Amino acid sequence: MNAELQTEIPENSDLDREDKMNESGKYTDTYYQETEERLAEVEEAVLDIEQNPHDKEGVNRLFRAMHTIKGSGAMCGFDDIAAFTHHVENVLEKVRRGVIPVTKELTDIILASRDQIKIMLEAAYGKDVVTDAEHSACITAALKNLLAESWQGKTIDPPLSEDKEQSRTYRIQFRPDKGIFGTGTDPTFLLAELAELGECSLDGHKHTIPELKDFEPEHCYLYWNIILTTEKNMNTIRDVFIFVEDNCELRIDVIGEQANWDIETDIGKEHKKIGEILVERGDISSEELRNALKTQKRVGEILVENDTVDKDTVHSALIEQRHVRKISKKQQETVSIRVATDKLDTLVNLVGELVITQARMSQIVSSLDNTELANPIEELELLTVELRDCALNMRMVPIGTSFGKFRRLVRDLSADLDKNIELITEGAETELDKTIIDRLSDPLVHLIRNSIDHGIHTPEERKDMGKPRVGKIHLSATHRGANVEIIVRDDGMGIDAELVFAQALEKGLVSEDAELSRAEIFSLLFTPGFSTAKEVSDISGRGVGLDVVRREIDSLGGTIRISSEVGRGTAFVLSMPLTLAIIDGLLVGVGPERFVLPLSMIEECAELTPEQIAKTRGRNMTPIRGELIPFIRLRDIFTMSGTNPSIEQIVIVKVDNLRVGIVADEIVGNLQTVIKPLDRLYRDAEGISGATIMGDGTVALIADIPELIRCAKD
Amino acid sequence: MNEAANMTQYLTFTLEKDEFALEVVRVREVMDYTHITKVPRMPEHLCGVINLRGNVVSVVDLRLKLGMEAVRKSENTCIVVVEVRIDGEMLQVGILADSVQEVIDLDDEHISPPPRIGTKLNTHFIRGMGNRGADDFVIILDMDKVLADSCTGAVMSSDDVSAEEHQNVTLLQK
Repeated sequence: MNAELQTEIPENSDLDREDKMNESGKYTDTYYQETEERLAEVEEAVLDIEQNPHDKEGVNRLFRAMHTIKGSGAMCGFDDIAAFTHHVENVLEKVRRGVIPVTKELTDIILASRDQIKIMLEAAYGKDVVTDAEHSACITAALKNLLAESWQGKTIDPPLSEDKEQSRTYRIQFRPDKGIFGTGTDPTFLLAELAELGECSLDGHKHTIPELKDFEPEHCYLYWNIILTTEKNMNTIRDVFIFVEDNCELRIDVIGEQANWDIETDIGKEHKKIGEILVERGDISSEELRNALKTQKRVGEILVENDTVDKDTVHSALIEQRHVRKISKKQQETVSIRVATDKLDTLVNLVGELVITQARMSQIVSSLDNTELANPIEELELLTVELRDCALNMRMVPIGTSFGKFRRLVRDLSADLDKNIELITEGAETELDKTIIDRLSDPLVHLIRNSIDHGIHTPEERKDMGKPRVGKIHLSATHRGANVEIIVRDDGMGIDAELVFAQALEKGLVSEDAELSRAEIFSLLFTPGFSTAKEVSDISGRGVGLDVVRREIDSLGGTIRISSEVGRGTAFVLSMPLTLAIIDGLLVGVGPERFVLPLSMIEECAELTPEQIAKTRGRNMTPIRGELIPFIRLRDIFTMSGTNPSIEQIVIVKVDNLRVGIVADEIVGNLQTVIKPLDRLYRDAEGISGATIMGDGTVALIADIPELIRCAKD
Repeated sequence: MNEAANMTQYLTFTLEKDEFALEVVRVREVMDYTHITKVPRMPEHLCGVINLRGNVVSVVDLRLKLGMEAVRKSENTCIVVVEVRIDGEMLQVGILADSVQEVIDLDDEHISPPPRIGTKLNTHFIRGMGNRGADDFVIILDMDKVLADSCTGAVMSSDDVSAEEHQNVTLLQK
C-alpha cells in the first residue's frame, strides 16, 4: 500500500546537485566555508608533523580534520568528496595508531589528497575548475599502497607526547616594606610587568593606610594580592621581583592548572547538599528551600560582621574566585560565532558615525559651559571610544592565518628549485584588521618568492660560502606603538647597493653625481620597471615588481623599507597601521580650509619665517638643523586663494627616506578620527586620500603626502 | 480620460531663469546651503564635499556643468541631494540649485521629446520637456547622464553658451 507513495529519487543527478545548492543554499554555503577551514588545518597539521614526526597531537588534528570533511561531505550529499576522503582517513587512522610512520612519502600523498579535495570542492560549487578523475584514482591507489604495505614488525615506539606549555594560575601576595620607596622602586612598574605575563587580576589593599595625622608620605602602606594566569613558569614571575626581593614579603602559590581545571569540582559540589536531598525526598518543596536560603547570609558577610576578617581580605578572595571562574570559562568556551563580514562592516560604519556625532556634541557642550551636561557628555565620550575600539577589534584577526599559507609556499617552491629553505615564523598571534591581512597576502607572497628565487643560494653554493646548508626565511610580526611591524628576512646573498646604483644610472633614474645613502639606494628598487634579475624568471620578476608591492602597502596606509648586507641577507620591513578605518592625524589650516596629515609620516613641526625663505632666495627650500629641506606649500599645490601669513608652519614628513616639508598657515592640533572615503566623482583627486568630519561638522580633507610629493616633482 | 495615465511626480527647481524638473523618486532630500569643503585640483563644476549626517557627499554645480555661469549664492540657494547611477553604482550627489519650487504631477501626454535643433545646451542631458499647462515648460533632466561625464571631468565652457542662446531654447519651447 505504501508503494504508491514511494518515488524514485535519482542519485547524483545534476538536478539533484542544483537543488542542493538552491534550496538549502545557506546550508551548503556553510559546508564550503567549513571545509575550506578544515583543508587549511590539514595543510598546517601536515607541515607540522613533517617537521616533527613524533607530534602525536599534530596527527590527531590531521585525522580529526579529515574525518570532519568526510562526515560533513556525506551529510551534505557530496558523495564523491566523502568517498575520496574515506581512503585518506583510513591511512591516517593507521598513522594515529602508530602503525604507519610519518615519512615524506606520507606527507606528500596527504598534501596531494588535500589539493585534490580542494579542487573537488570548488568544482562542486560550480567554480571554474575540473576534477581530473584519473588523478583522483592515482592518489587513491597510492593511499591503498600505503595501507597494504606490511608495517607489522616495524612497530613504532609510542611517541613521546609533547607537552604543550601549560597555563597555570598563581596567587601572588606582594607586601612591600614601608621603606621601599627609598630604594627608588615604584611598585606600579612591577605590577605592570606582571600584567604583561598574562591575564591578571589585581587587588590593592588600603586598610593599613593610617589617618592623615599619622600618615608619612614616604612610606608605602599598600600591599597587593594578584591572581595571574600565565604560561610562564614560577621563575619568570619571581624574576619580576628580583630587585626588590629583600624589601618585601613575597609569596607565590599555584592555585590552578589548565589541564585539570574543572569548574564542576569547584567548591565541593561533589556531595549533594542537605537542601537538595530534602527536596528530592519530597519533604520540602523547592520554593521553601529557596526562601530558607534567602535568609542565609553569605559566608563573607558573616565573617566581616564578626570581625574575623576585614572587608578587604574578603574582597580579595572574591576577586580570586572571579578570576579563576573567568579563566576556566574561557578555556571551556573557545566558542566562536561565524559572522558575515558585511554585517561587521555595517556595525563599524555605524559606530564610526556615532563617534563623529558624539564629537560634535562634545564640542557644542564644551562651548555651552553647562556643568550638568558636562558629566554625561564625558561619560558618553568614554563609552563611545570603548565601543569604537570594540567594533574595530572584531575585525581583527591573528596574522597567523596567513603565515600557514606561506609555509606551504616555501616548502613547495624550495623543492622546485632544489634549495633547502626553512621558514621560521614569529608573532603569529599578532592581530591585524582582516582587510589588511587579506590585502597583504599577495605582497608578502611576492617578497617571499623573491627571497627564495633570488635571495638564497642552493645548498652547495651556501656550503662553499661557509653558510649552513639550510637557508632561513624569517617572518615576524610585532606590535610597535600604534603599528604592526612585519619583517621578511632571509640569510641569503643580500643586495649589492653599488649594483643597484649602477642599474639606476643606466635607466636614467639618478644622475651620476647624486649622493644617496644606502637606504635611499635600496628605495630605488621600488621604482616601476626596476629589476636586478638578469633574466625574468618564471617565479618572480614578471613585472609584478616591488613597485606593485609598495603601492599596495601605500594604499593600506603602511610603509616599507629595505635593509640589506651583501653576503649576510636582506630584510623587508613593513609597518602597517592597525586599522583602515581610523587615522591619527595632524590638523593643519590653510585659509578657511582644514587638512589632515597622517601622523605616521610626520617627524616634526617648525616655523617658517620670511627670513628663512629669503635665505634660499625663492627656491622652495629651507635649512632645518643643518639640513636643506625642500618644501611644498599646500596653498600653492592646491591652487587656493588667499595670502600666506608672514609666519607659516612647516611640517616635516619623511617618505621613502626623503625629508620634505609641508607648509600650511597654521597647525590646529592632533586628532584621531574616522576616515570617510570620497566617492567616485573624486576618484581622481590628486593629493587627497579621503575625508573626515570634524567636531564642528565640517569636512576636512586627508592629504595623500606621497602623491603630493610626486605631483610636486613633475 | 485614463486616470492612471502614468502620472509621475517631479520636483521643480530653478537655475538662473530656467526651470528644471527631477523625478521625485530620485530626490533624497533638500537641504539649506551649507559650508562646502572644496576639493582641490578638480574641475570647476565639482565644487566640493559636504557633511550629510555623518557621510561625505559630493556637491556638483549644475550651472557650470550645463554651461551657465556659476551659482550665485543667495538666501534661496539650496542643495538637492539626488540618487544617481554612475557606472552601475548608486551614488548620492548634492546639486546646487538657485531655488526649489514645488512638486508637480506630469503624465506622459504632457512630456515632449527634447528639442534637437538650435541649442548648444547639450540635449543629451535632457530627457524631455514637461508642459505644466498654459505652455509653461520645464526641462526634465536625466541626472545619470548629467553626472556621468563628471567622472571624466568634461565641462561645458561657459563661453560656448551665451545667455541669448538660452533665450532661444525657451523660445523654441513655446
